[in-house]
Amino acid sequence: MSDPLRVSGSLRNRLALILIGGAAILALFLVLLVRSYAAQIAQQGQDQVLGASVTSILDTAIIQDGQVEVDFPYSALSMLSTPSDDRVFHAIYQDDTLLSGYASLTRDATRAPALPAYATAEIMGTAVRRASASRTLIGADQRTTITVIVAQTQDALSGTLNRISRTVAGFGIGFFLLATALALWASSSTIGQLQRLTQSVTKRGPQDLRPFDKPVPTEMVPLVSSLNTLMGRLDQSLNRSEDFIAEAAHRVRTPLATVRSHAEAMLQRVGREENRATVRSMMRAIDESSRAAGQLLDHAMITFRADHLERDTFDLVELVQDLVVRLTPVAELKDVTVRLDGPEPVVISGDAILVQNAVRNILDNALKYAPGDSLVLVRVTNTPTPQVVVVDEGQGFPHAQIDTLADRFTRGDNAAGTIGSGLGLTIAQDVAEAHGGILDLSNRPEGGACVTLSF
Amino acid sequence: MRYIIVLIVWAVGFAAQAQDWEDQQRFGPQTDQPPLRVLSSTDTDLFAPVVDSFLAASPGVSIEYLVTSTASLDRIFRAAPDQYDVVISSAMDLQLKLANDGFARRLDGLDHPDWAEWRNSLFAFTQEPAAIVVNRAAFEGAAIPQTRQDLIETLRADPDRFRGRLGTYDVRQSGLGYLFATQDARASETYWRLMEVMGGLQTRLYCCSGDMIDDLADGSIAVAYNVLGSYAVARDDISDRIHVILPSDFPTTMMRTALVSGSTTQPDLAEAFVAHLISTQSQGGENTPLPPLKSGEENAGKAIITLEPALMTYLDAQKRRVFLREWENAMIQSP
Ligand SMILES: Nc1ncnc2c1ncn2[C@@H]1O[C@H](COP(=O)(O)OP(=O)(O)OP(=O)(O)O)[C@@H](O)[C@H]1O
Ligand SMILES: [Mg+2]
Repeated sequence: MSDPLRVSGSLRNRLALILIGGAAILALFLVLLVRSYAAQIAQQGQDQVLGASVTSILDTAIIQDGQVEVDFPYSALSMLSTPSDDRVFHAIYQDDTLLSGYASLTRDATRAPALPAYATAEIMGTAVRRASASRTLIGADQRTTITVIVAQTQDALSGTLNRISRTVAGFGIGFFLLATALALWASSSTIGQLQRLTQSVTKRGPQDLRPFDKPVPTEMVPLVSSLNTLMGRLDQSLNRSEDFIAEAAHRVRTPLATVRSHAEAMLQRVGREENRATVRSMMRAIDESSRAAGQLLDHAMITFRADHLERDTFDLVELVQDLVVRLTPVAELKDVTVRLDGPEPVVISGDAILVQNAVRNILDNALKYAPGDSLVLVRVTNTPTPQVVVVDEGQGFPHAQIDTLADRFTRGDNAAGTIGSGLGLTIAQDVAEAHGGILDLSNRPEGGACVTLSF
Repeated sequence: MRYIIVLIVWAVGFAAQAQDWEDQQRFGPQTDQPPLRVLSSTDTDLFAPVVDSFLAASPGVSIEYLVTSTASLDRIFRAAPDQYDVVISSAMDLQLKLANDGFARRLDGLDHPDWAEWRNSLFAFTQEPAAIVVNRAAFEGAAIPQTRQDLIETLRADPDRFRGRLGTYDVRQSGLGYLFATQDARASETYWRLMEVMGGLQTRLYCCSGDMIDDLADGSIAVAYNVLGSYAVARDDISDRIHVILPSDFPTTMMRTALVSGSTTQPDLAEAFVAHLISTQSQGGENTPLPPLKSGEENAGKAIITLEPALMTYLDAQKRRVFLREWENAMIQSP
């Protein structure tokens, strides 16, 4: 009936993806930031020790008998011991000459800082961190600058950094997982609102065009209110067409009644047989039209009431009893006995006027299509569901058509001689559906139609 | 070109061959396989049992054991690190500097207590205190000193008895002697006072423990200061004539260390050898005359020289010059 909607992506996935992506970027950023900060602090720690070592060596430099002597303490190098057994290199320069230590630790000739200066360098093929500082010694007749350089590999440092990185990465992953869980929760709870709306739309009956009155989030207000407007318009136009049909039927019926009474009067006066036949068939056509108009009016009324179903509780037996009494004159005319079988009250909730209309149409059919001098049995029971069963002793429904007889304006082959519009079973079926029940047509094995209206 | 290479190889080989070793021995079968060359400062007879047990477990392998003094060992190895596979020395400072300078191979597969290794490349396998060894006869009737302070007092009390009859390492020649001296000096001022007193009594200076112990055994000297106790104890022939004292004030304990040359041609075999050495020694060193490596708890409170970069302090030219000057001032006094 309706084309399958074209789907472009999923709101929830898009929302979750954006949130998760954001969390991932944030986590990565956080990890990198903390790592680089930790690296900086760890490097500062190593620099401090290297600086202290340089200073303690430099402090011991003196000029003794015109010669520089650097009798540095054992602690100058022992403070550089690390758990990873980092390699240690040192060099002591007097001006440009290497006094002792590693020649590969070259002196930066351009600078002779008093406070230790730090740099990352390479010595004997390994990366090291080096600290260097200088001090000027003034002897009896000389002035000389002592430069001390101490360098150390960075195994312990990178070990520490690796440990920190692992921890930070752990935190990052934890943060990311938490954020992901939150993102999924947030997106599904947001989409939950949409789903709830969808559900309440789906749950509605086909005729329910009332506006949504449950509170919705601000963002959904435009959607819901335009949905409401749309449904309002639909409802209005439906109502208008029902009204129109009812109005039209009513307007047709009244003049038809006038025409029929004129035709009847005319029949009294007309003497010639062929003219009488014409008038009779005229009257028959008028009856058909008037019946159709009546049924149309009922049908419109039923459609309207079914849309705005008002439920009261009433006794089905009582209702049917009433109808049977009212139809008794018609039945007697045909010598048909209508027997009601309803031993105990069957209380249901629904629109009594609709139910009455449905049962009347069913009974009407039974009287119309059953032969004279027969029995119509009406049974009202509560088991298995509240139901009214009407059984007659006629020919039953034409087999081939039984499935379509309840459609609008559909009449059976057996209806050729009788006046009717084909709306009676349609009305009964609409009423059954409005109450959540069904109308079942069948033929009894021993002959005769059996109509079950169950709620 | 090829001839030149052959010539160089031959010349280098010859140079290595021509080295003047204190001892040189080959263990194991005579095969085409090049032997594992072990450069060591430890006397062959002390080390032979470890080599034998290693060879027993690995057939087809042979070992060439080359002995020289600690100082020349350092020099020889630095000159040609690819000629030797394993280096064993009692001079912890020189060994540590070799490792620090990148001459040692990292053996990450070995499991050794942290205090007994450095950088997974230098492994300690003995623990040997520096001792005062005295000739029993020379102390006939006198109390045997138990500390350095006791020794100073004994020497001061009767200087004539000990004049010319004291011995210690010539720290200018012996790497181990220098290590013991610097560690003593670091530990206490007593060391310098002892050196002053010993210097005043014309102390004889030795290059190696062996000579010193010989002289002590035959009575030429009465006291030897800072000798390796293990060497003295290992000499069964003279055990009744000497007495080994581990000074109770501050015993200086050295660890013999082994490393695998960074440019060894047989890394796996060399590593296996060191692994065998340290595991034998950690398990108590039974069947070997080498003193074992004790466990960490047994060593609590003992002054073992730590394997750390600070060991290189006294190898610094400046420090060495200052130290030797002071040592000479104390030790070498004109009579
Ligand atoms: N009791 C019955 N026995 C046999 N056929 C029946 C019976 N009831 C209904 N039918 C068949 O079902 C058809 C549809 O019935 P329905 O009541 O909807 O229309 P109708 O009776 O023809 O017209 P109207 O709208 O005036 O009632 C009938 O035309 C008839 O063929
Ligand atoms: Mg009918």
